[in-house]
Amino acid sequence: MSQHDCDCATVQQVATGDRAILPKGAKTIPIYVMGKRYEVPETLTIMKAMEYAGFKFLRGAGCRGGICGACPTVYRKEGDYKLHFGLACQTVVEPNMYLAQIPFYPANRASYDIEAIEPVAESVHALYPELFRCVACNNCTKACPMGVQVLDYISAIKQGDIARAAHLSFDCIQCGLCASRCMGELPQYHIAQLVRRIYGKYIQPKAEHLRKRVQEIESGKYDAMLENLQKMDKAQLEKLYKEREREPDMAPLGTWMPKDTQYL
Amino acid sequence: MKVTYYPGCTLKTKAKNLEDAAVASMAALGVDFQELSRWNCCGAVHSLADDDLIHHVAPVRDLVRAMEQGSDKVVTLCSMCYNSLARANLIMRDDPVKRKTINDFMDEEKDYSGEVEVVHFLNFLRDEVGFDTIRAKVKYPLNGLKAAIYYGCTLARPRNVAIEPPGGTQLMTDFLEAIGATPIHFADAFTCCGSYQILANPENAVNVAAGILDCAAKAGAEALVLSCPLCEFNLAKKQGEMIQSGKISNNLPIFYFTQLLAAALGLGKEACRFDLNEKCSAEILKAKNLAVEAVAGIA
Amino acid sequence: MPINISDKTIKREFIDKVAYLSGQDIYKCFQCGTCGGACPMSGEMDVMPRRIVRMTQLGLEEAIAQTKTCWTCASCHSCTVNCPRGIDLARVMEAIRLLTLRKNENMVEPSKLPGETVKEMPQIAMVSCFRKLTS
Repeated sequence: MSQHDCDCATVQQVATGDRAILPKGAKTIPIYVMGKRYEVPETLTIMKAMEYAGFKFLRGAGCRGGICGACPTVYRKEGDYKLHFGLACQTVVEPNMYLAQIPFYPANRASYDIEAIEPVAESVHALYPELFRCVACNNCTKACPMGVQVLDYISAIKQGDIARAAHLSFDCIQCGLCASRCMGELPQYHIAQLVRRIYGKYIQPKAEHLRKRVQEIESGKYDAMLENLQKMDKAQLEKLYKEREREPDMAPLGTWMPKDTQYL
Repeated sequence: MKVTYYPGCTLKTKAKNLEDAAVASMAALGVDFQELSRWNCCGAVHSLADDDLIHHVAPVRDLVRAMEQGSDKVVTLCSMCYNSLARANLIMRDDPVKRKTINDFMDEEKDYSGEVEVVHFLNFLRDEVGFDTIRAKVKYPLNGLKAAIYYGCTLARPRNVAIEPPGGTQLMTDFLEAIGATPIHFADAFTCCGSYQILANPENAVNVAAGILDCAAKAGAEALVLSCPLCEFNLAKKQGEMIQSGKISNNLPIFYFTQLLAAALGLGKEACRFDLNEKCSAEILKAKNLAVEAVAGIA
Repeated sequence: MPINISDKTIKREFIDKVAYLSGQDIYKCFQCGTCGGACPMSGEMDVMPRRIVRMTQLGLEEAIAQTKTCWTCASCHSCTVNCPRGIDLARVMEAIRLLTLRKNENMVEPSKLPGETVKEMPQIAMVSCFRKLTS
């Protein structure tokens, strides 16, 4: 069916894009978005529920898969003083939750030349001296939707342990909720990113097999093969693909070897 | 004997000589000296306003960590950490209203009410290792080293956390005698080194620190012994600047007390870490033919 | 320097706040000056701690704000342990500092410190300085 054949007015409406359509018989619950009450299906995530309610995300939505950090939400529950945090695309709505999106929170990122930086904690201290305003209130860790021990990695940086901080902050998705709650006004996630960059570039052991492979590529080992592939027509490529050697699905680890090993 | 110690941030970078010497000395004396497995910065200074409880949270969290891992005592090496942890501990032990507010705020942690004892390493050496034991284990006594005793502020003030009765320097005196050094008493033993003003008003701090060095030198000291990395910074690392500006005329070697302990126990370079002190520290030991192995090879 | 005192110059609220934050009875002070004598930083101060206490008793908020005394204080507690009247003057200094800091004002700007200075400083210098001199 080409586009011209489509008569949109007569097509039965289903869920399109991110706009959720209420399934038959689904129960709705009340939620409060920035103080206004909406009835939304109880099974939806906050993001879908807001779209159901008519909100359109121009910013503050990204991967919708819980990894880009664009859609942090802060909410409270009825009769509970505590603040709760989550990603709108991952957190399922609850009855009577009060929520607001924090799509962006101001946090300064220091500029540095990663090629020239001295890979020691003091370099991080110099770029982010506000580190030393941390009061260990732990609001950062409480706010993290990824369960990162933010206070612990900040402590590790202050203690000069870059490797530990890099490991502790590995799951950070840069949503900024830590910075939004920080009493010392630290941009934790930017500091952690710098630490991971220093760790990756200077401290983490280099992958020897990767270095060798890059060397092989650069020495032209695969050039002839690639040129040959580029010259093939579609039929030849299809044939080559169909006849390729393939590891059996259930082959025990490390037991299978292809017959042609010239490019290994 | 198994003991938990709290190192503090500075001991992990700028003051490794304070920590390394203590850890190695404890091993030599048969003490199982274990670092607290999880800890944060202690906050360095005690908050003095009645309504400002948030600044007590950092040290209290460390004490909760010690309690969590089953330690009823935590030993500190750095004077500032000692002061900060000990004072927060007193609040949690003695002030029910503040204790409740702080425990309620830290709702993600176990409630704490002063179960852990905060002990400075000098007290630990006297009370649990024993100066007599140390004296018996000394291999290379620091004979003839005239060392000024410097407590600064945080070991001595306020009174409720002082490591010994106000005005006294008996603890360090006995310690130095146990390792064979000659304690020198001088008027500025409790005078503040300028502390954090080294960052805000460096000239003021340097002036004060220079006065302390001058006073120690005039009292006949050939070196000065302390336990605080900020005092060490102001009194040792700033000496070049002081000499240049004519505030003092000669270098005065500065040592952490733990380094002298390690040296006296006959431990080597990696334990004593004199390489991390200013040059004059190794020089005076060489000149006096003390701690020969620990200073060998330090230029 | 003559000081004029009247209903208009005495900032009652300031006196009360200092008393509340410090928990100290500043009227106990009888102006002996032991605090300044014991203070290692007094040589660097523009106004002695004794006078700051007197000015606090008189509620001279603006005049105190003109001095650098509380910003030169190193919180060493020499005054506290030496005061014959038992006033914890370190707490009074902290209270006066906080009345400014709590307006979101900094006396040291962490972001403006030269990188080289931060690199050489022990961590406890930064932590203590920011705690005492930033908001």
